[in-house]
Amino acid sequence: MFEYAPAPESRSVVQLQPAYGLFVGGEFVDPTDGDSFTSINPASEEVLAEIALGGVGDVDRAVRAARTAYDRVWGPMPGRDRAKYLFRIARLIQERSRELAVLESLDNGKPIRESRDVDLPLVAAHFFYHAGWADKLDHAGFGPGPRPLGVAAQIIPWNFPLLMLAWKIAPALATGNTVVLKPAETTSLTALLFAEICQQADLPAGVVNIVTGAGETGRALVEHPDVDKVAFTGSTEVGKAIARAVAGTDTKLTLELGGKAANIVFDDAPVDQAVEGIVNGIFFNQGHVCCAGSRLLLQESVADEVLASLKRRMAQLRVGDPLDKNTDIGAINSAAQLARISELADAGTAEGTQRWSPPCELPDRGFWFAPTIFTGVTQAHRIAREEIFGPVLSVLTFRTPAEAVEKANNTPYGLSAGVWTEKGSRMLWLADRLRAGVVWANTFNKFDPTAPFGGYQESGYGREGGRHGLEAYLNV
Amino acid sequence: MTATAMSARPDLTELGRSETALRGFLHGLPGVDQVGAEQRAAQLGTRSIKATAKAWAIDLAIRMVDLTTLEGADTPGKVRALAAKALRPDPADPSCPHVGAVCVYPSMVPYVAEVLRGPAGGAGSAGAEAAPAGAGVVHLASVATAFPAGQAPLEVKLADTRAAVAAGADEIDMVINRSAFLTGRYQEVYDEVVAIREACGPAHLKVILETGELSTYDNVRRASWLAMLAGADFIKTSTGKVPAAATPPVTLVMLEAVRDFRAATGRQVGVKPAGGIKTTKDAIKYLVLVNETVGADWLDPDWFRFGASSLLNDLLMQRTKLTTGDYAGPDYFTRD
Repeated sequence: MFEYAPAPESRSVVQLQPAYGLFVGGEFVDPTDGDSFTSINPASEEVLAEIALGGVGDVDRAVRAARTAYDRVWGPMPGRDRAKYLFRIARLIQERSRELAVLESLDNGKPIRESRDVDLPLVAAHFFYHAGWADKLDHAGFGPGPRPLGVAAQIIPWNFPLLMLAWKIAPALATGNTVVLKPAETTSLTALLFAEICQQADLPAGVVNIVTGAGETGRALVEHPDVDKVAFTGSTEVGKAIARAVAGTDTKLTLELGGKAANIVFDDAPVDQAVEGIVNGIFFNQGHVCCAGSRLLLQESVADEVLASLKRRMAQLRVGDPLDKNTDIGAINSAAQLARISELADAGTAEGTQRWSPPCELPDRGFWFAPTIFTGVTQAHRIAREEIFGPVLSVLTFRTPAEAVEKANNTPYGLSAGVWTEKGSRMLWLADRLRAGVVWANTFNKFDPTAPFGGYQESGYGREGGRHGLEAYLNV
Repeated sequence: MTATAMSARPDLTELGRSETALRGFLHGLPGVDQVGAEQRAAQLGTRSIKATAKAWAIDLAIRMVDLTTLEGADTPGKVRALAAKALRPDPADPSCPHVGAVCVYPSMVPYVAEVLRGPAGGAGSAGAEAAPAGAGVVHLASVATAFPAGQAPLEVKLADTRAAVAAGADEIDMVINRSAFLTGRYQEVYDEVVAIREACGPAHLKVILETGELSTYDNVRRASWLAMLAGADFIKTSTGKVPAAATPPVTLVMLEAVRDFRAATGRQVGVKPAGGIKTTKDAIKYLVLVNETVGADWLDPDWFRFGASSLLNDLLMQRTKLTTGDYAGPDYFTRD
């Protein structure tokens, strides 16, 4: 047997402080009422740091700092100068990528292989890409001299802490807005390290403000009367609350919410790559992915064959220490999320579907969930309808392309979809009919700063990335 | 393609009896998505193999080396030296295992046999005694069938093969008829492999697909199945004589083929990437590919080999580094 010896990435590259303040007006400050909360490593439940809990007063202070920076410095600054700062930030991210990757894995629980090979390269790419736009906005197709909106309030989730920060901050800054960003409660640390990078890049004070905290902090930010734009990525439930909060105001809003994506495998699919795509679709980042391929639709004529291959492949998945370079699946981000996943998985069993996981040993401490598939699932089961946001795959079958489209679209969500077929005409036929913001052809979970990303219906509205993503931050 | 799907098919040995059946079967194999296959191979290339795992992998890789020289300039002296090295790769360390095989042209086989099996030519026994560590003998492989192009009449290829076996080769590395394959004359390729298989007698047959000339992964998968259906004991990527030799994705596709073939027929076939594998790091990446694609059953010199020449010295250097903690200079290892 070829047993891989432990290959842990060193933690020494990360200098954790015992406590972190808020990043407002270019410096770290204590919250006005002095509250804080702890951030833990979900793989070990070890306390990582005390994080400031931003209150209403802190949010107000941050918005005022952002307003001042917008009025005096960033708004009037020529695009080519803004670009210089963004390029500088992008390069600093690359230089410090190992540090950021290790910290991301510590705080979030995702395997270092993914934070190192996926998250961090994409984060840097987002800043590089948008740096390129900063002095070319006249040519972005919105007419001459498109104007920024002003102060953007941005709230991001815990699944890709730094990448979601990049998706929010890079386009906002490139188009001339200033931002107040609230990271998710369980994953604040890389945002705070990013604040240090802003200082290192000499970014003018107040252009980027980071207010850590919980739901109430986010609510105060969204409801602040002086924000011109709200951008939110997270749950559909919170997204709806935000939409209600800003309704009737002239605040612009983009929402990137949940999903229940179909990954559709036809009988002429490249089977081995489709199996990889299924695994990548649902087990990437422990399934904590809004666009995860959580509903596998298999053509009945190949269902048994694909399932057998999938199970064999799943037995190869290495679950464990996120900092081990050979780990494929890390820790669930929080006890609350683990409870949610377990609850839905139990519902799957209770509703009579067949549950299967490969044999795998889970660590004693921390939050863990074995990669799991449910077969015999129909559209009527909860696990086929509700977003699980974990490493749990529901397997359904179909007979014809029309039935595949019908089942894939039969969801209130519409963020992404995947299609596996060697037949180009069928691929295009499906892409036309699937109600999803992204349709992946013979691949899954591929991201690129040049490609717009966003959803239909309860998956939200607005696009991030590409030329389309700029529109969300411009007065056009 | 899994056992479930394949077991529903008729007896696969029947396929070789008709061009139509053969073509239908090969063209019915699932396609290979190029991007996906390359991505998977690259992802497995990021595995970090350290400490005990690395030491284990290096020793295994040494045992899997087909130490090769295939030059017009090969002489009895040169191949004798190579054979001596095959038996005792690291003269300074008796715990170092011997390699899997020595691979030479047919005309060089007698000289290698002399070293591996003693002048009496007692096949096997002397080699086993001479081997410093590890079980089994150093095999004697010979390329045949008008290697590397294979552009010769079948009679010549058969004579080439028989001569190599008669001279003492117990493994034959043949090339497929790429000309026939690329023009879709699958039956011809098949029949040729069957004929060479017969000419091999007791010798093991490795079938070289020359994947660099087949160009697409779909072709690699089809050629793999074609060779296995015709009786190959091993499928091998390359001759090492065209620029595009073994790559991790090509090897991945071939590993998937042998995995599926065993599921369908119960017969296990070995895989040999050859050409361009020069470093320990490369070799370990291939072993990871094997481990995570077909599993432990193939992690053995009987089922996986590296066709290489310079790889061995790098493996020895890394092995010494692991045992002593220091890198020794290249002069501390034998050059041939």
